[in-house]
Parts: sequence; structure tokens; C-alpha cells
Amino acid sequence: MARLKSVEEALTLDASDAVPASKPVVQIEKVTITYGRGDNAVHALSETSLNISKGDFVALVGPSGCGKSTILKLVSNLIRPSTGHVFVGGREVGAEKVGIGMAFQNPTMLPWLTIRNNIMLPLKIVEPYRSQYRAKKKTEFRDKAEALLETVGLKGFGDKYPWQLSGGMLQRSNLCRALIHEPSLLLLDEPFGALDQFTREELWDILQKLWMDHRPTVFLVTHDLREAAYLATRICVMSARPGRVVADEHVSFARPRTLDMTYEPGFVALTQKLRSLIVDARAAA
Amino acid sequence: MSDDRVLSESMTQKLKSAGLIVMFFVLWEFACIVFGVKEIILPRPTVILSAMYEFFPGIKPHLIQTLYTTLVGFALGVMVGVALGLLIGTSRVAYDTAYPLLVGFSSIPKVAVVPIFVLWFGAGTTPAILTSLVICVFPIVVNVATGLATTEPELEDVLKALGASKWDVLWNVSLPRAMPYFFASLKVAITLAFVGTVLSETVASNRGIGNLMMIASSNFNVPLVFAGLFLLAFLGVGLYVIFSLIERRVAGWAMRKTDLAVA
Repeated sequence: MARLKSVEEALTLDASDAVPASKPVVQIEKVTITYGRGDNAVHALSETSLNISKGDFVALVGPSGCGKSTILKLVSNLIRPSTGHVFVGGREVGAEKVGIGMAFQNPTMLPWLTIRNNIMLPLKIVEPYRSQYRAKKKTEFRDKAEALLETVGLKGFGDKYPWQLSGGMLQRSNLCRALIHEPSLLLLDEPFGALDQFTREELWDILQKLWMDHRPTVFLVTHDLREAAYLATRICVMSARPGRVVADEHVSFARPRTLDMTYEPGFVALTQKLRSLIVDARAAA
Repeated sequence: MSDDRVLSESMTQKLKSAGLIVMFFVLWEFACIVFGVKEIILPRPTVILSAMYEFFPGIKPHLIQTLYTTLVGFALGVMVGVALGLLIGTSRVAYDTAYPLLVGFSSIPKVAVVPIFVLWFGAGTTPAILTSLVICVFPIVVNVATGLATTEPELEDVLKALGASKWDVLWNVSLPRAMPYFFASLKVAITLAFVGTVLSETVASNRGIGNLMMIASSNFNVPLVFAGLFLLAFLGVGLYVIFSLIERRVAGWAMRKTDLAVA
């Protein structure tokens, strides 16, 4: 029996060499983006391909204006590629709704809703929660929002309005909103960019814990190399505009990572390497 | 403690403004007495009030007629205005075609439109309702459309990224976002609706405050003319206050900085 199983394993291993066992969650295939036409055409993205496997935490870094955010918008179907294809969960983007949670650099809380209602917004939109929203918004969903708020240290702030909260608090709520419908794919567009260093590091920890507990696939765009190295399992470096992926680094530090680790030689060497890659990319442009 | 202070501060503020308003009428009264202004030119506020009291049984049906006509015209105007505003604010084609038409139409003096309405529907209530409708529809359309068109794309993206339909985005983001604009226009529209009604009543009706004032002025009963004006002003202020109160409940989130916009 045991031998049979190992044979089976060997077979699947063999097969996985030929064809990947599980298709990547995100597949970006030879995507380009061009704005305008003729002489005025702006190439925002030159032919870019990128795959993200299930459960991966991929950080995308690169010089500013290289199209990092554009790639995220492609995956979340906010813009369409000029050429090429984007697949999410094996299906072309836009063909079917997938469980995506997205957090932008600006917290973009709706000012007329309380923080709790803002966080519950995805439940109002995404199935299977959508059809239960009326019945559960005051019970189960409300508790869910409260529980999430507690994990990011915002217990008791649910009834406040966005303007009553500080920037850091809003960004925490933003993270809650991206997570409440338990998305299998989390897209984060420089979510901590506008925060002070201490708040940012605190949120890194929260995000790392969330990722370790639930193992969603995370695609993080950031310009903070420490952030990328601290959080990600894989870091992709983009060139200057028109952007494309020029380097792909695996990050193998043990988890949970601590802030002290970010000052150890291995970590510093990695961020230095990333830095020089980006400096080269900028110089090449 | 600080809450109490803020409260009493806002109380004294309100008392001050009320005092100033009363001052205005007192000054009017005294100016008329001191300069010996004839009643037929400009009656004193007290004379106007006593005329209002004296003729009230006769005024009342006219008042009800004007109020009814205005409210119906205003309600229809809101419906038409919101529908057009939605269309114009969400569709590029509608925006490009309907806006020029709308601006052109609203530039026509409404007094020129009344005879056409009379031609179509006869004198009386219908042209008055229609005049108040067309006069109050424009600010509503413009404001609703502006509110929708200026919705921050970032706010919409939050929902779009979740795979929300256009309807979802409209219902959850664009419409609530347009509410402050909508209420601002309602306050303009309700006062305009009175203008439309009275305009039509003076031209082609045998009922309503407008008609009453026409008759009173041809009889040189100037205090009664002014009594009509006062009543219109009261109605206008009353409805304005009602909409401000609704606004505070529905779109209060947009007015946290100051209470200036709130009556």
C-alpha cells in the first residue's frame, strides 16, 4: 500500500514536470498597454508576462511610473490590456466574477457610510454574501466586520465615520474591507505608502499574520523594498516605463519574520540587491 | 462642558440673527413713519399684517391653491429632473445632446411659455403646475448630473474591482455621492416653483395668490398686494426649512465642517 502510494507520488511528480499540477492563480501573458495612437502613443507596459501560484505572496517593485499599479488594475479588471491576456483562476479576467479583495493607496472609504458599513460593502456586492446581505447584515456580517476590526486594532470604531479617523486607522479599515469577503486573491496597491514608518511596520505584522493564518494569494505593489522583503515569498522587479518584469527573486527568510530580522545581513543584502536592480532599471530608461 | 458651551454659543448666534431679522422690519416700519411714505407706495409691515389678518378668510382658498399647484409642479419637477439628471450624468451621449437643449430651453423666459400652456390646456391650474415644473426642473437636472459626473473614479473602482455591475455602482456610490448636490438644487427649485406658479396665476388664472395680487393692485389695495407677497415669502421659507431638515438627515455627512448651509 505504502509502496503504491509512493509510486503514485512519483507519477504525479513526473506529470507535474510536464504540465503544472495546479494552474497559477494569476497568469499575465504577453500583455502590453498603449494609450493613445500614432505619434502620441504612450507605451505604459511593454510585453509583460507574470504568473502567480496559489498561496504565494508576490511583491512587485520598480521605479515610479513603471506600470506597477497598471498590472494590478489589469488583474482586477479595472483596465483591459491592449494586447495579450490576463487569466485569474484559469479564466480570462472579466469572464467570471472571482473573489478578489483590493486595497488602494488611498483608503477610499465612502464618506456617507460608517466604518463598519464601509467594511461590509463587499458583502453587499459579492456572492454568496450578496443574497444573504439583508438577512445577516445586523447579525453575522456585523460580527464578522467587528472581528476583523479587532484584529487590526480598531475595536469599537465601527460606528465612526471615515473623517473621524486618522490616516493609519483608515488604512487599517481599508485592509479589513479588502479581506471581509475572504477573497482567494488579495491585490494591494501600495496600501501602506502614505503611513508613517511605525504604523506601517505594525500593519506589516498584521498582514503577515493574516497571510500565515488564511494563506490567500497576495499580489502587493510597493515602492518600499523593506516592505517587499519583509512580507513577500517572491519579489518581481520591473523596469522603467514601458515596464516589464526584469528580475524575479525568491525570498526564503523563515516566518514569522520579525522587524529585527530586517537589520540582519541577509535581509540587508537582499534589499541592496533589489535597490541596485531598480537603479539600473532607472538608468536604462 | 464644552458641549454646553458650543450649544449656548449656537443659541446666542441664532438669537442674534433672529434679532437682526426683526430689526429689519422695525427699521422698515420707522422709515415709513419718519419719511411719511404713503400706504399706496410702500405700506408699513404692521399695516400689511393687519391686512393679511383682515382679508384672511378671502385669501385662504388662494393660498391653498398656490401651495397645492406649487407642490404638484415641484414634485413633478423633481421626478423629471432626477430622471433627466440620471440620464445626463451617466451617459456621455445624453450629456452631449441633452445639455445644449436644456440650456436653450431654460434660457427662454417662462412668461413667454405660459400662453402656450394656456393654448394647450386652457387657463387655470394646469398651466400653473406646468410652469412651476419647467422652471424648477433645470437646477435639479444640472445638479444631479454634476453630482453623478464628478464622482471620484477611485470610489467607483472600489466596487468595480469586486465585479460590481453598473447598477451596483450607481446605487451604492454615485447616487449617495450626488445627494448633497440634489438637496442643494431642491432648495433652489422650491423657491423657483413658487415663481412659476405665481407667474402663471397672474397671467392666466382666476385663482391663486398671483391672481389675488393682480386684482388687489388693480383695486389699489396695496396692503393686500404686499400681504400676498408676505405669504409667498412665508411659504417659500417654510418649505426651504423643511428641505433643509431632510437634507441634514440624508446628506448630513457632507456638511460636517459648518452648519452654515443648514437652516
